[in-house]
This record gives sequence, C-alpha cells and structure tokens, in this order.
Amino acid sequence: MRRQSRLILTVLAFGYAFLYIPLVSVVVYSFNDSRLAAVWGGFSTRWYGELLKNEQILDATFLSLQIAATSATFATILGTMAGLVLVRFGRFRGKTLFSGMLTSPLVMPEVITGLSLLLLFVTLQQLVGWPGQRGFSTITIAHTTFSMAYVAVIVRSRLAAMDQSLEDAAMDLGCRPTRVLFDVTLPLIAPAMIAGWLLSFTLSLDDLVIASFVSGPGSNTLPMVIFSKVKLGVTPDINALASIFILIVSTGLVISWLLLRRRTTAS
Amino acid sequence: MSQPDPSFIRLQGISKHFGDFVAVDNVDLDIGRGELFSILGGSGCGKTTLLRMLAGFETPTAGRIEIDGVDVTTVPPYERPVNMMFQSYAVFPHMSVEKNIAYGLRKERAPAAQIAKRVDEMLELVQLADFRRRKPVQLSGGQQQRVALARALIKRPKVLLLDEPLAALDKKLREHTQFELMNIQDELGITFVVVTHDQEEAMTLSSRIAVMHKGRFLQVGKPKEIYEYPCNRFVADFIGTINTFEGTVTAVDDDGIAIESTDAGTSITALGQHDVAVGKPACIAVRPEKVFIGRDEPSDSSDIRMRGVVDDLAYLGNLSLYRVRLASGKIILVSQQNRQRSAERYVEWEDEIWVSWRPRSSIVLVEDR
Repeated sequence: MRRQSRLILTVLAFGYAFLYIPLVSVVVYSFNDSRLAAVWGGFSTRWYGELLKNEQILDATFLSLQIAATSATFATILGTMAGLVLVRFGRFRGKTLFSGMLTSPLVMPEVITGLSLLLLFVTLQQLVGWPGQRGFSTITIAHTTFSMAYVAVIVRSRLAAMDQSLEDAAMDLGCRPTRVLFDVTLPLIAPAMIAGWLLSFTLSLDDLVIASFVSGPGSNTLPMVIFSKVKLGVTPDINALASIFILIVSTGLVISWLLLRRRTTAS
Repeated sequence: MSQPDPSFIRLQGISKHFGDFVAVDNVDLDIGRGELFSILGGSGCGKTTLLRMLAGFETPTAGRIEIDGVDVTTVPPYERPVNMMFQSYAVFPHMSVEKNIAYGLRKERAPAAQIAKRVDEMLELVQLADFRRRKPVQLSGGQQQRVALARALIKRPKVLLLDEPLAALDKKLREHTQFELMNIQDELGITFVVVTHDQEEAMTLSSRIAVMHKGRFLQVGKPKEIYEYPCNRFVADFIGTINTFEGTVTAVDDDGIAIESTDAGTSITALGQHDVAVGKPACIAVRPEKVFIGRDEPSDSSDIRMRGVVDDLAYLGNLSLYRVRLASGKIILVSQQNRQRSAERYVEWEDEIWVSWRPRSSIVLVEDR
C-alpha cells in the first residue's frame, strides 16, 4: 500500500513538474537583469518597466483582452441557446445533424477554420461592403464561432444531468415557460456558463492561427505580436509579459473556483 | 368542508398515444371531492402519463378532463388549480426552504404580508420551522419531501397530485409519512390523487384505488373491495398473494358454484352469484391468510378441506408462512398469525396436515378481458 502510494506520488510530481517548470522558469527569468534571455544577470524588475513603455505590446494586450471578453460573452449567449435547444426542445427535424455540426468546430483544424472565415469575410465585403476593414470585429466573430461550440457542449452536458422535473415544478406552481428559464434553468446552469465563458476567454486569448487569417493591417493581437518578436529572438520583456499573464489567468481561476465552491457549499 | 361531489374530477374517454404506443387507452374515471385516490400499477402501465395529463404536462390524444366542473383539457399547467409533488421532489436547489415554499404565491403576485403568513403556516404544517433558511442539500430526504409537499400545498390547490410519494423513503419513515399525509389531507380537505406501484402504500393511504394495466383500469374500488373481491386474475395477483385452483364447473345455483379442480384433486365451492355455466372452465382463488392449517381433520364438512405436507415454513414474528404440498403436487401458501407464544411450533417441517377454508372465503376469478 505504501509503496503504491509512493509510486503514485512520484508520477504525480513528474506530471506537475512537466506542466509547471516551464511556467516557473518564465517567471524567474522575467526578473533577470541580463539582456540575454537565457543568461542570469542578477535580480531586477527593469523589464516590467520596459514593458509599460512598449506601446506596441500594450496596444496588442488591450486589443486581445477586448476581443477575448467580447467573443466570450457572445459565445456564452449563443452557446447556451444552442445547448438549451438541443436538450430541451425534444426531437425535431435535423436534431442529429444539428448536434453533430455543433461539435465539428472542436475537431476542425484551425487553419481550415481561419481560411474559410477569411474567404467568408472577403466575399461579404465584395457583396455588401462589410467588413470594410478586418480587425477587431472580424477576429471577434471568428473567435465567437469556435468558442460557442465549447460553451454549447458544456451547457448541454450540464442540462442533460439536470432533473427536468425542476422545470415542470416551476410551471406547475404557476410560472410561465419563458420565466422558468430565468427562475430555474439559468441559475442552475450558471456554473456551466461561467466555466464556458472562462474557457472561451482563454481560447480567444490563446489563438494565433485563426486571428492571423482574419486580422487586417494594424490590428495585431498579443499572440501575433509575441510570435513575431520571438522570430527575432526572445527578449526579457516577453518573459515579464508572460508572467503578468500567468498572474491574471491564475487569479481568474482562483476567483472562479472560490465562486463555484461557495455556490456548492451554500446551496 | 364543501359539499361532497362524486365527480369533482372527471375523466371522459382519455387516451394518450406516443407514436404507435398507446400509454393510456380510453379511460373513464370520476374522483370525488376530498377523496384520497390512488392509481396503482406496475411500471409502464400508463399511471404517470395519466397523472401528467391531470397536471397539464401532457395533452390527451382524445378525451376530456374536468376539474370542479371546468373543462381543463387544454389548460396549461401554470393555469390549472392543481399542484404536484414530484417523485424526485424537484425542490429548487438554489433556493432556501422558505423561498421554495413561497414560490407558488410569488408567481401569483400575492401581497408580501400574505405570503409571509402562509409560508409560516406551511412551515408549521410540515414541521420545518427551524429549517426555513436552510438550502435543500442540507436537508434529509424526508425533509426535502416535506418542503415539496408544503410548496405544492401553499396555493391551496383543488387537487394535489402525488407521484410515488413514499418510494424514496426508508421503511420507518414511510409509515410515519403515510399517516402524516393522511392527516394533512384530512385537515385541509384537498383532493389527493396518488400514483404508486406499491400496493401496500395504496392500500393504507387511499379511500379508493384504481388498478391500472396496459393503459386501462382493471378495477376501481375501495381497498377492501379490491383485496377481497378482485375482478380478475391480474388484480388478484397484483394485490397481495393468492392461491389459484383451475377446474371445471360442476354445479351452479343461487347460493354459489362448485368446481372440480384437478389442481387440488377435490371439489371446491364458492358463494355468491357468478356468470359461469356448468361444464365450462373456471378458477377459484383463496388468500393465504384465509386458509387454516392443522394436524386434525377439520370438523365442519362445509369447509373446503385438503390434505398436504409442510414443504417449508418461515417464522416472521407476527406471522408464520407455510408452503404446503398437496397430494396432487400443487404448492399452496398459508399464513397464520402467531397468536400465542409457544416454545415449540404446532406444525413442523414434513408434518402431514390438513388445510381448510370457508366457502365464503373463495374468490371466483373470471379470465382477463
């Protein structure tokens, strides 16, 4: 028994090391005084200062966060609606096709998604004159399309696990069907929606390939800026930027975990 | 309490089809005001579909539902004077006990003072006053059920529907809840319609029972009528246990009938008038507790008497159960109350014994229609 648990602990340690050592090294090197990213030159916070002066990076960060928040919000609304329809509206014509098509963006190679969206935007521009310029709106739309599939899948599984007689009970007690959604259904699938939003936000913040296809001149998201800078060699301010991102993301995760935990213990 | 009204709830020719499947098949039923009515049947017999049609979750394929003289056939659930206690209780997990209970009145936009007063009354009724601010996960199954009950009663519905109300409770709690439900029903005078697969539950709770099978009612009557005078073999078998004897009718008169049973190897008589003819096959049945068992030959020659050997016996404390093998090889069940405490049992394994019962305990069963 003890030996077995020691083995499990070792495996666990290796697994976590594999996941987290790269992250830790980024954070450590972000405090490196040396201009060379891989040589330790003493402790310093100067790259954080440099970062705040780098307008290109600041603009890209701001754009990425805006796109992530907007597309995550739209994806959550649309994905929740899709999940509701798939689980709650019984059988309808083309349900199997619809639910199959919903999950295809999850497995579609990003290059294909990006290319097809680019073609769509170009054709639209020729036909109706919109989008005049590719940038914030096109990237947001592109991110919404693939994120909403994730949200729909999460919401669908949560809904399927939910006792449908809860909704019946609300209706039985005099609640109209549209109100049932707000009184019962949405509060109960809220954790799935929050999780879906966070996932969409991260996916959008993360995406390089699709954004590269559908962005236009002058609208570079953060991954695009980092990728182009890295081609010229890793500079320490990138490490600083990465560390800030790790901080933001882990804070978000801890907050959402605390929210979800309070929900379950209180309810 | 209001006037008794024998057709407070009236179902006329109700059918429900799901595609090719007929869940409920042309059912007629009248339920009186203030009754505690049970619909009893195995799974898939259509009882839950019938209940959901009463609640308004399903629309009948054909037929008409009236409650208190109003046609509610197509009225949606949120406008019916009917509330339901669900099998899963369906207590809202994101609301406290008092919010759950208040929900129905909130939806009616009742004044806040009235809601508060009624919630207090309901909490009192189901003895949950100390738990009003708790969330459902902090309650036991029995407490959650009481929340569901209070929530369904707060709007003072004309009819309360209960879907398998005791199925999820353990034995002790079942008995307690059973009587609690009966008391509440008595106190409020609301008509209860219970759906259950548990014959014991139906027997103890109800003023009347409908036995349902394959979408139809086989028999509707008081618990005693259904137990003592089952109309056919399915009902007799479904409610309690029964011994059946096949045979050919040898005599019919105004007082009763006699059959010559090959199963029993003897003649069996039953009282009452029955729609059978001499020479036709018939079936006579008897409940295990109506059969006497003893070492000595019964003295009353009008009794039905048979010889047998005790094949097996079980001592249950209040009862003893015997499996008796008759001379013909047929096994019959006999149960006997243990009225006296004795160090040794009166009848033991492999004893040669007599079984007997009175002709008026015999039940004549017609074939299933």
